[in-house]
Amino acid sequence: MIPEAGHYALVLALALALFQSVVPMAGARWRDATLMQTAPVTALAQFVFVALSFAALTASYVTSDFSVVNVYENSHSLMPLIYKMTSVWGNHEGSMLLWVLILALFGAAVAVFGRNLPDVLRADVLAVQSWIAVAFYLFILLTSNPFLRIADPPFEGRDLNPILQDFGLAVHPPLLYLGYVGFSIAFSFAVAALIEGRIDAAWARWVRPWTLAAWMALTLGIAMGSYWAYYELGWGGWWFWDPVENASLMPWLAGTALLHSAVVMEKRDALKVWTVLLAILAFSLSLIGTFLVRSGVLTSVHTFASDPSRGVFILAILTLFIGGSLTLFAWRAPALRQGGIFAPISREGALVFNNLFLTTACATVFVGTLYPLALEALTGEKISVGPPFFNLTFAPLFIPILIAMPMGPLLAWKRGDLFAVAQRLLAACGIAVIGVAVTFALAGVKAVLAPFGIGLALFAMAGAVTDIVERSALRSVGVGIAARRAIGLPRSAWGTAFAHFGIGMTLLGVVCETTWNSERIVALRPGQAVSIAGYDLTFDGMVPKTGPNYREVATRFVVRRGGAQVAVLEPSKRTFATRSMTTTEAALMTHGASQLYVSLGDTNSDGSIAVRIYDKPLVLLIWLGAVVMVFGGLLSLSDRRLRVGAPRRRSKPAVLAQQPAE
Amino acid sequence: MTLWFVFALMTAAAVFALLWPLGRRRAPAAAGHDVAVYRDQLAEIDRDATSGLISVSDADTARIEISRRLLRAADRESEAAPLVGSTLRRRVAALAALVLLPAVAVALYVTLGSPDLPAAPLAGRAQAPSASQSVASLVSQVEAHIERNPDDGRGWEVLAPVYLRLGRYDDAVKARARALALNGETADRQADLGEAKVAAANGIVTAEARQAFDRALALDPQLLKAKFYLGLAAEQDGKREEAASIWRAMLANAPADAPWIESVREALARIGAPAVAPEQKTGAAPAVSSAQPGPSADDMAAAATLTPQQRQEMVSGMVSRLADRLKTDGSDVEGWLRLMRAYVVLGERDRAIAATVDARRALAGDVDKLRRVDELAKGLGIDG
Repeated sequence: MIPEAGHYALVLALALALFQSVVPMAGARWRDATLMQTAPVTALAQFVFVALSFAALTASYVTSDFSVVNVYENSHSLMPLIYKMTSVWGNHEGSMLLWVLILALFGAAVAVFGRNLPDVLRADVLAVQSWIAVAFYLFILLTSNPFLRIADPPFEGRDLNPILQDFGLAVHPPLLYLGYVGFSIAFSFAVAALIEGRIDAAWARWVRPWTLAAWMALTLGIAMGSYWAYYELGWGGWWFWDPVENASLMPWLAGTALLHSAVVMEKRDALKVWTVLLAILAFSLSLIGTFLVRSGVLTSVHTFASDPSRGVFILAILTLFIGGSLTLFAWRAPALRQGGIFAPISREGALVFNNLFLTTACATVFVGTLYPLALEALTGEKISVGPPFFNLTFAPLFIPILIAMPMGPLLAWKRGDLFAVAQRLLAACGIAVIGVAVTFALAGVKAVLAPFGIGLALFAMAGAVTDIVERSALRSVGVGIAARRAIGLPRSAWGTAFAHFGIGMTLLGVVCETTWNSERIVALRPGQAVSIAGYDLTFDGMVPKTGPNYREVATRFVVRRGGAQVAVLEPSKRTFATRSMTTTEAALMTHGASQLYVSLGDTNSDGSIAVRIYDKPLVLLIWLGAVVMVFGGLLSLSDRRLRVGAPRRRSKPAVLAQQPAE
Repeated sequence: MTLWFVFALMTAAAVFALLWPLGRRRAPAAAGHDVAVYRDQLAEIDRDATSGLISVSDADTARIEISRRLLRAADRESEAAPLVGSTLRRRVAALAALVLLPAVAVALYVTLGSPDLPAAPLAGRAQAPSASQSVASLVSQVEAHIERNPDDGRGWEVLAPVYLRLGRYDDAVKARARALALNGETADRQADLGEAKVAAANGIVTAEARQAFDRALALDPQLLKAKFYLGLAAEQDGKREEAASIWRAMLANAPADAPWIESVREALARIGAPAVAPEQKTGAAPAVSSAQPGPSADDMAAAATLTPQQRQEMVSGMVSRLADRLKTDGSDVEGWLRLMRAYVVLGERDRAIAATVDARRALAGDVDKLRRVDELAKGLGIDG
């Protein structure tokens, strides 16, 4: 009964979404309060039913109900419980169900937290949100239904793709989807504004926190995916400019731009049309990301579905939403009133600069990702656009952003003084120059670009610190008062500083890892040793082990430095019989922010085993930087000033305290 | 029945979620959202100015600008039409909720769902195999056992022929090899391994497979399976005479009721050599060989020199010729069986199922032939 109840709940959610996509929208046009007020309740009900449906599928996985095709194809009765649960989204159908669950969650959040939004805006937003939902419910039910059944259920499932049986993959898709789908809120607000032909003052106050939340989830999701690829795929790389990775990077770049332009709009009432366009673009790119991964256009680990009918369906959704919203934009955007004038040298100017470069960078990634696909579709010629392309285009575009980044927060709104800002950044410049000089002195001239990369990273980090120092007026008022003032600074200022500092950290990690990583690939027999970057690794031997649904060959490496034992590493290779696949489990030793990375290759007939050993200096900074960025986002999100701004209901002043994020 | 009761409850809840806000009357919402936002911005500027974050003059300009927006917003809001409600529209919406919502949900569910299938969580299912258990589930049970006891040679031996029948040739090779390694070498096991390898190579006797047959014959010079395949190997190498002599020798020494005689004869007919064993002819030999031309010797010889890609294409070409022929002449049960098997081998499950359906239609009325089709479909795991 459980799978069928889940199926029916999903169908009901579709029916509710159909209602929600028509009635509130009509109510908003007729200015009918009663019709409009159906939107929040319907959104909540929709969420309840999707959640029920998702719970039903999860229950089927947990109880290994192989009468459900989806469970049979992606689960195994012996799999640990956690992977049984993550299998739910480790496949195409289930992951689409997760997608709509998150979409409904965001709709419900607007319904709950949006009590003080203007009625018309809220009704429009929820209706647009429902249009997206209807499209995806239909997609799931008609082409990727996770609740299809087998009349004569087999006794064992086909197992989850072993490479996905990992904790990193348990959290990566939900985070990524929170990011992708989170941009749907910005999209719905943008479309609602276009339909109504005006942008309420509450608009930016709403869009920014939601974009911020989505951006944080996406940042974490991308970082998690990158770290997963790093330790699970066994190549020691952390970013491959793989189309699937690019698919998540594009919305991130657009979302970052949106975040910044929303600030201008919120503070200065300027860049309205641009912000609306960015909101549309960010979600469109999320849809394209979903399309690229789901349609089977790309073949990779992520591609669960390679069914053309699904591809055509998604293509139709894409055309409808992206084409539709852009047409609406072209038609209605002139109706939006522009406001707020500013000089080129100003905070706004700096944010526009940031936007220009971020969107250009996004466009480069877009071209680099889609051009080979388009070329292959049109001429049949296969080309591969790899890291060289992106290093040549993407990296130079980021240099101006990083140079301008510390200046932006120091510039005043409306009209700023670039010279004064440059003076304040002298210290940061000094640190950067010293960094370049020291790196040159230490590393010689072999890697010419690396010292400059390090200088840029240091400049970004020192610039972020300068911002806080300047705002707290450390130099003029003394440490005590400055500390108090620093604590009293708006949390969004701290958020900015942390996020910008995080970018610097990531860059530092990237530069150090790519320049100074060392690698050894050797075949070792038990007892043999190899040394890398000052560490001696002795291969102790292999032990076969049996896991719940796999067999593994575990090896032991003793790591010594200067004769003293530092650590024992146990990389292994797992063989999953059901899918006859092998995965490598790399072993990592973290020292500082650097890591020693050992992963196994093939066993040779003479009893030796191929081993890949890397030393990756400061590699952890790449992901720690992302975490710091997210922390900055969190600070900014918690800024109390975001809580005011929407009107107080005269009758219920207490409501404000319960609304964390509008 | 419980299921439909649950559905009814869920539908009622959904309908209620729509009717409730429609039935609730509410005073028109207080306007003035924009005004409130701007007021908050003014307050924020005051705060920033007091804490010295912005200069007094900056604060003043900012205040003036926001006040300007505030005035404009206040004007606009005083003009805005009040929000109204209409009884008629409310009734229409309520009717839609009451009628359309259940109608859409039920119609869609009845089309897509399988309300008559109960859930089947693994824990609740009896361990005893039931008659309805499909081959696939039996296989997966044995597989689960093998996975826990990878050194159980008997398990591998049981699995191997099933894999072969299911078309999982690579698995069959692995199982045969494991069984050979674990249970010790015998002529039969070597020959079985070779057979699996041939199947995995799309019917080509590869060098590896040949090694296995040679080994088997070394252990037991009389082993028929090995002889047969060595004959096939000779045929594929273009040495028809050698193939013919091997097969003729087999026929010459065969007991009259040996079940394999037909296959050998067929093979001989394929290479155009007469079966020089007239005394063995029982007269019951059906004219199968002429009715269903298999791959010609030339085809097979050509296949041996092709790349796997080309070989695949050649095989699909032959299969589509067979399919075309069956379209015009559907009474050939052997042809149908071969087509089904071929599609499974080519990994085209859907087509295999379609072929099964077509075969059942074409052979309708002939119980015996239908039974054979059904049996094969079951064996191939395409009886969906």
